[in-house]
Amino acid sequence: MNRVWPILAPVAVGAVFLGLWEALVRWNDIPVYILPPPSAIAASLWTDGPSLLGSLLVTLRVTLAALAAAALFGGALALLFSLSRIVELSFFPYAVILQVTPIVAIAPLIIIWVHTPFLALLVCAWIVAFFPIVSNTTVGLNSADRNLLALFRLYGASRWQVLWLLRLPTALPYFLAGLRISGGLALIGAVVAEFVAGTGGAETGLAFRILEAGYRLAIPRLFAALVLLSLTGIVIYLILDGISRRLLKNWHESATAEDET
Amino acid sequence: MRRGEFVSLLGPSGCGKSTLLRIVAGLAEPSSGTCRVALGDRRAGHIGFVFQDPTLMPWSNVANNVLLPFRIAHRVDIAARARVAAAIEAVGLGGFERAYPHQLSGGMRMRVSIARALVTDPDLLLLDEPFAALDEITRLALNDDLLRLWERHRPTILFVTHSVFESVYLSTRIAVMARRPGRIVADLSVDLPQPRQRAVRMAPGYAAMCETVSAALTTAMSGEAA
Repeated sequence: MNRVWPILAPVAVGAVFLGLWEALVRWNDIPVYILPPPSAIAASLWTDGPSLLGSLLVTLRVTLAALAAAALFGGALALLFSLSRIVELSFFPYAVILQVTPIVAIAPLIIIWVHTPFLALLVCAWIVAFFPIVSNTTVGLNSADRNLLALFRLYGASRWQVLWLLRLPTALPYFLAGLRISGGLALIGAVVAEFVAGTGGAETGLAFRILEAGYRLAIPRLFAALVLLSLTGIVIYLILDGISRRLLKNWHESATAEDET
Repeated sequence: MRRGEFVSLLGPSGCGKSTLLRIVAGLAEPSSGTCRVALGDRRAGHIGFVFQDPTLMPWSNVANNVLLPFRIAHRVDIAARARVAAAIEAVGLGGFERAYPHQLSGGMRMRVSIARALVTDPDLLLLDEPFAALDEITRLALNDDLLRLWERHRPTILFVTHSVFESVYLSTRIAVMARRPGRIVADLSVDLPQPRQRAVRMAPGYAAMCETVSAALTTAMSGEAA
């Protein structure tokens, strides 16, 4: 009973919602180009599925590459910040500036400067994705237990040992939390960049397909692409959450709370 | 302090007991004067420290937590592993080597912390209110365990507490501190039979000693109010 509810309850809510949607659209004769019923979206998902999946793959490649770059670069930057207070003070404000500047506003510039479309999209998605990792990991690296730090000093630990044996493990849950946020952001960044870049031709991402479907009033396909996009976001989150739980299962509250209650 | 003594630092909170302990450990600098530690020296591993919290690494299991001093000293070998196993056995946690801190009770975590402090066989063991956060039953059990460990290895122990009964039961000497400014106002030796057993707590000498120590503590507190 308790195991089924967390799955059953949201599925039931979804089913009721879709049923109401379908019924309302049919009763009120709402035209498909304004609001398609779920059945039409499902049909479009079936017929356009293969070509949409191809586009999804393009977007996914940008997303994952950006996420990997964000994890690597963000982690390294945080490490640098934790090693030198001066470096942190000098560079952190610029990381914030990069974060608060809307990506839609700088994407056109990046697309002008970077000639390879894939790389341009990658840079855009990366800018959005890297900040949560940098800020979270920096906090994590600086939040080692004070008494443990004292103990390490007492036993004559080197700076390197404090980092390796104490600060890095302390920072791991923070880094992983940042990674989970960045997973979703990388996808959003990739989609926004595609909207701006609007690359046509062979390599069209899912965002461009949404635009295209909108222009052609193929609203069911637009919805189908949206469904795929959200599903992708959910899957990315679930995978990152799974990795996080696996890595932290022995010790961190966020991963162990369930078997203790 | 003489070698092999068990000295308790007793006093109201804020009188600088913990600070004194940190100065002895070399973790803090005295605001004036110097601190001489004549036993051995402050080389790594000569001093064991137990904090009020168990202060374990949650990502490491019991064995790896106790192994930490050796890992820092780059001396992880078979001898070190054997001493880790012996230390864990000595605090009564044999069989829990692979358990993680979150799987243990508060008392067991404190035992791990004590095992880690003892594993290097230190000359000086510093304990900063180690049992303050534990329940009474666990506290009594750990008091006895600490005594047995002290009798076996005879390190010099400096034990910070704010419990009169605990200090009388455990120590050979009690230093009573007062605050503002933090200072030692009384130095009392405890002449109760060794080895201490639970029966000591019922002996008339124990009650009388507790009375004396309480009085010294009251004097320390009243001096500050005046």
